[in-house]
Amino acid sequence: MKVIKSLQLAIVAIAASCITLSASAQDNTLLGAGSTFVYPLFSKIFAEYGKTHDVKVNYQSIGSGGGILQLTNKTVDFGGSDAPLNAEQAKKIGVPVLHIPMASGAVVVTYNVPGVKGTLKLTGKDLADIYLGKITNWNSGEIKATNPGANLPDLPIVVIHRSDGSGTSFIFTDYLTKVNPEWASKIGKASAVNWPAGLGGKGNEGVAGLVKQTPGAIGYNELAYAIQNKMAYADVQNKSGKFITPTLETTTLSSNVELPANAEVSLTNTDNPKGYPITSFTWALIYKEQKYSDRSAARAKTVLTLLWYNIHEGQKNCAPLNYAPLSKSAVKVAEKILKSATYDGKAIL
Amino acid sequence: MTKNKRLDLSYTQMKWETVFRRILVIMSVLLLLLVVGILITLIVQSMPSIKSLGIGFLWGKIWDPVSNIYGAYPFLIGTLLTSFTALLISVPFSYAISIYLGEYNPKGWLSNLLKNSIELIAAVPSIIYGFWGLFVLVPVIRTFEAKIHIAPYGVGIFTSSLVLAVMIIPYAASLGITLIRMVPSPLKEGAYALGATRFEVIRSVIMPYTRSGLFAGVLLSLGRALGETMAVTMLIGNTSTIANSFKEIFFGPGNTMASVIANEFTEADHTVYLSALIELGLVLFFVTVIINLIGKRIITKFTNH
Repeated sequence: MKVIKSLQLAIVAIAASCITLSASAQDNTLLGAGSTFVYPLFSKIFAEYGKTHDVKVNYQSIGSGGGILQLTNKTVDFGGSDAPLNAEQAKKIGVPVLHIPMASGAVVVTYNVPGVKGTLKLTGKDLADIYLGKITNWNSGEIKATNPGANLPDLPIVVIHRSDGSGTSFIFTDYLTKVNPEWASKIGKASAVNWPAGLGGKGNEGVAGLVKQTPGAIGYNELAYAIQNKMAYADVQNKSGKFITPTLETTTLSSNVELPANAEVSLTNTDNPKGYPITSFTWALIYKEQKYSDRSAARAKTVLTLLWYNIHEGQKNCAPLNYAPLSKSAVKVAEKILKSATYDGKAIL
Repeated sequence: MTKNKRLDLSYTQMKWETVFRRILVIMSVLLLLLVVGILITLIVQSMPSIKSLGIGFLWGKIWDPVSNIYGAYPFLIGTLLTSFTALLISVPFSYAISIYLGEYNPKGWLSNLLKNSIELIAAVPSIIYGFWGLFVLVPVIRTFEAKIHIAPYGVGIFTSSLVLAVMIIPYAASLGITLIRMVPSPLKEGAYALGATRFEVIRSVIMPYTRSGLFAGVLLSLGRALGETMAVTMLIGNTSTIANSFKEIFFGPGNTMASVIANEFTEADHTVYLSALIELGLVLFFVTVIINLIGKRIITKFTNH
């Protein structure tokens, strides 16, 4: 009996602490969770926003998948994700979720090839063949063909990929799936796939560490990470056949195309002839109908105003932190999406 | 007749006796409940994967989250291979340390310094070992691999085992030192009196006396090796493809169950995937239990002789 009593006591205590937690989520403190990629940008924007508005944002960078789960459980006001909801996630949530582009990011192909002159140029097909383990030496014919006079050494290629599930891997495999049919049929796209070749490094720093140390290595990293760590990265051929150097400008340009109204679009292999082909939006996710659980209209309005700020004034924080700002067409689509959000059926903005 | 006051326990004494016994029972039962709870959670959460993949999960060689095919075989091999290699490397060291600090040099500043630094090894965070391995050990191994004509990746099962070995030495050594110091002097003195040399005393008095305890220490360090995640993830190369020859498997990259779970859990975005990762945890749980049971059997056998 005593055991049962103390168990009851513990349950009451836990329940009480939960109540105080939800009570502490006042209307001027917003909760967000998700993508680690966008975290530095979000914390900067939210800090700036907090200077002029009485709003605090608590954003937990627990990874895109975790953010979506928290949104599904309705424990946060918005989620952050580097990939749109997949079919199963959308089914679990059950109601429409808005995807609002916040910024774009690029994935660059980093390498460590001793003695090579200038910047390497790679086509998407060859890149996929390298990752499939079909091109295995730096002086193979395919790489030589796109890099005349680059002085490529006779050195085995060591393929490096991310070992952890990651949005970066999703963007990269999404691109390879589009440009190489064999990749599409054998491997496919996901935040973690069955890599046919090479070594896995944990996180951006794990991949970068292996690439820097291993002569002959090729890997992929976020553009911002490669810039900050002064790594060599390749120009990649886009759909129009041009070799594009990844920069913030070419990343932004990749989204300056006709975008679908819901912005749930993969930007890789862009149609824009000046755009870098391995890029993606990072999205904020909110429920289309903002009246759920016991949320107040004021709280819904605060969330929407904050996100509106993000896609306008907030964008000036992108470049200093090495994020690519949204293109004009992306901002236009994002505005329309935000305006479509409702509270109890009525428009909020 | 005088009354013996010692036999009259006061009420407080009685109460304290009961309370103390209850505290002991509750503490032990709580821990048992925790383990059982973990087991139940693991089983329940891995049901979707058990249903869709069946027993083939254990020897499936493909781990493909895109087409929802999961097999634990490569990780099972990786876990067992790294742990037992690490154990083989670490046992001579931990036994030597135990004997030296337990018998040859049990007192004095040098002894204390050595004992403290060995215990410090256990206190170093595993990510520090990971980075040390990545930046110091890997280049060395790479040169070595190039010399014996294996693909010079540097990272891999062998590298992880080396770092694991260093990490688990203190567990067996620390227990060993204490046990050897506790061997009753009359036993040793008796042996010396019969003209035994120091080595003979160790071989025929100390070792038989402490054998089961020393083995328990080894078992403890094996448990640590089976579950180690961070350092291994950084050094093992994280690939789920299995090479053809043993030489290539041993020196080449691999993966362990704990490291796959740590790597992929956060972004496992569909039910069967998440469930397959939890089932890996279940397999790891059973592997640890089985190895411990075998260990206990061996200890009992040793002690009965």
